[in-house]
Amino acid sequence: MTPYELRCRECGKTCGNQPKSICEHCFSPLEVTYDYDAARSTFTRERIAQRPPNMWRYSDLLPLPDDYRPSLAVGFTPLLSAPHLAKELGAKRLCIKNDAVCLPTLSFKDRVVAVALANARAFGFDTVSCSSTGNLANSVAAQAAREGFKAWIFVPADLEPAKILGTQVYGAKLVRISGSYDQVNRLCSQIADEHNWGFVNVNLRPYYAEGSKTVGFEIAEQLGWRLPDNVVVPMAGGSLITKIRKAFDELIKLGLVEDKKVRFFGAQASGCSPISTAVKTGETEIQPQRPNTIARSLAIGNPADGHFAICTITQSGGWAEDASDAEVVDSIQLLARTEGIFTETAGGVTVGVTRKLYEQTRISADETTVLCITGNGLKTTDALVNRFEAEEPIAPKISTFETYLENALEISAPVEV
Amino acid sequence: MSIKVQIPSALRRHTDGIGNFDCSAANLDELFSALDQKFPALKPHLRDECGQVRRFLNIYVNEEDIRFLGGNGYAFQDGDEVLLVPSIAGGAQD
Repeated sequence: MTPYELRCRECGKTCGNQPKSICEHCFSPLEVTYDYDAARSTFTRERIAQRPPNMWRYSDLLPLPDDYRPSLAVGFTPLLSAPHLAKELGAKRLCIKNDAVCLPTLSFKDRVVAVALANARAFGFDTVSCSSTGNLANSVAAQAAREGFKAWIFVPADLEPAKILGTQVYGAKLVRISGSYDQVNRLCSQIADEHNWGFVNVNLRPYYAEGSKTVGFEIAEQLGWRLPDNVVVPMAGGSLITKIRKAFDELIKLGLVEDKKVRFFGAQASGCSPISTAVKTGETEIQPQRPNTIARSLAIGNPADGHFAICTITQSGGWAEDASDAEVVDSIQLLARTEGIFTETAGGVTVGVTRKLYEQTRISADETTVLCITGNGLKTTDALVNRFEAEEPIAPKISTFETYLENALEISAPVEV
Repeated sequence: MSIKVQIPSALRRHTDGIGNFDCSAANLDELFSALDQKFPALKPHLRDECGQVRRFLNIYVNEEDIRFLGGNGYAFQDGDEVLLVPSIAGGAQD
């Protein structure tokens, strides 16, 4: 493993490794920093290629204790060419990074939780916890069960039923809070002050967030150790987009890919768009919003990493856009119909925003563009209620089916004028 | 008039371990002045050189973000509970 420790991103002071996310000198966020000179000899294409196809192949640039032995093959999800969706959007080289099939719980949160729990164990916690809009809850609950931690999960009370059930089934203690995610998150900061628990996105956050880099490492490796021209990333707290950039920067720094300016595009729901609004109005600070969107996994009105996400986007020459609830649902169906990928509402946001970016010619058709699909549609089926009619059942007789088929073909045949 | 102020553990090293105190500040400016006076070591952690509230500090009044209540313009009410809560970010390196 490469030596690493926490460092304040504002004042630069280092503080070793401990369950802490805030610099006690200047109150700014702590970030994991590595001994990149040491990594130069270990983090190489050749060594990575010899390892199994999961996110642990990039262990040399993840904050993992020396004796850590992963028990789950998390990550290394498919990077798919998306020619049919590309045609619909007026694009030519469009790829989808499909974390809708990330294991074990079908969202990119499996990556961050895996790294967080490795550190929770090293720090001696027996209980892990999180505030969550759903996917994180599922992942902490599942991985805590496998790793033998007790789990306390805090969520907004109005979460989708599948995400509630998909947390409780693992035996986690689920606490529903009457309030928004931002209120849940604030409460968890207070609870973390009082209880000696490993909150993956509070006191373990610097370690947790590093797991997101593996999305970036995988995109580059799956493109043949090349960086794309553009990446479109959904934004909730705003961390993922900054960590994909960090991954690309590290690959350039260590010589695994050629230096290249990648443009980062952020996607939010119109009903919760503090980051995209700031980018559009040229602000560098977030004005918090009260979320009102079906994309609940992105419904964070006061995104902690919002400022950094804005900087990542604007410094790269990218842009941010948002999609309405109706556009989100249309886009979920579009992705399913064209590429056979069923994503959750956050994925609908990403696809809906990507459509706008092509329409606005912010992205050119010839450029290689990667869409990050971060969650699975089976968790948010309620978004599609009433979108499809329930077919009338027919008798189990071949003659009945032939009549049915004839009618169906007539209905779908083009009308001749 | 009196309001109750809670200080998170991350900042208590600058308050001699004190986590709660009462004061009679009428608004955010007065609250910061009261904090400056009572805990001088805390001052640079709450506001930057220009006097702006630091980016990673959130202020809540009775569980509501003060920015939704008018921010600096909000007039504290008797019995308000004010929380100083650090924003848990972890953005990328520059």
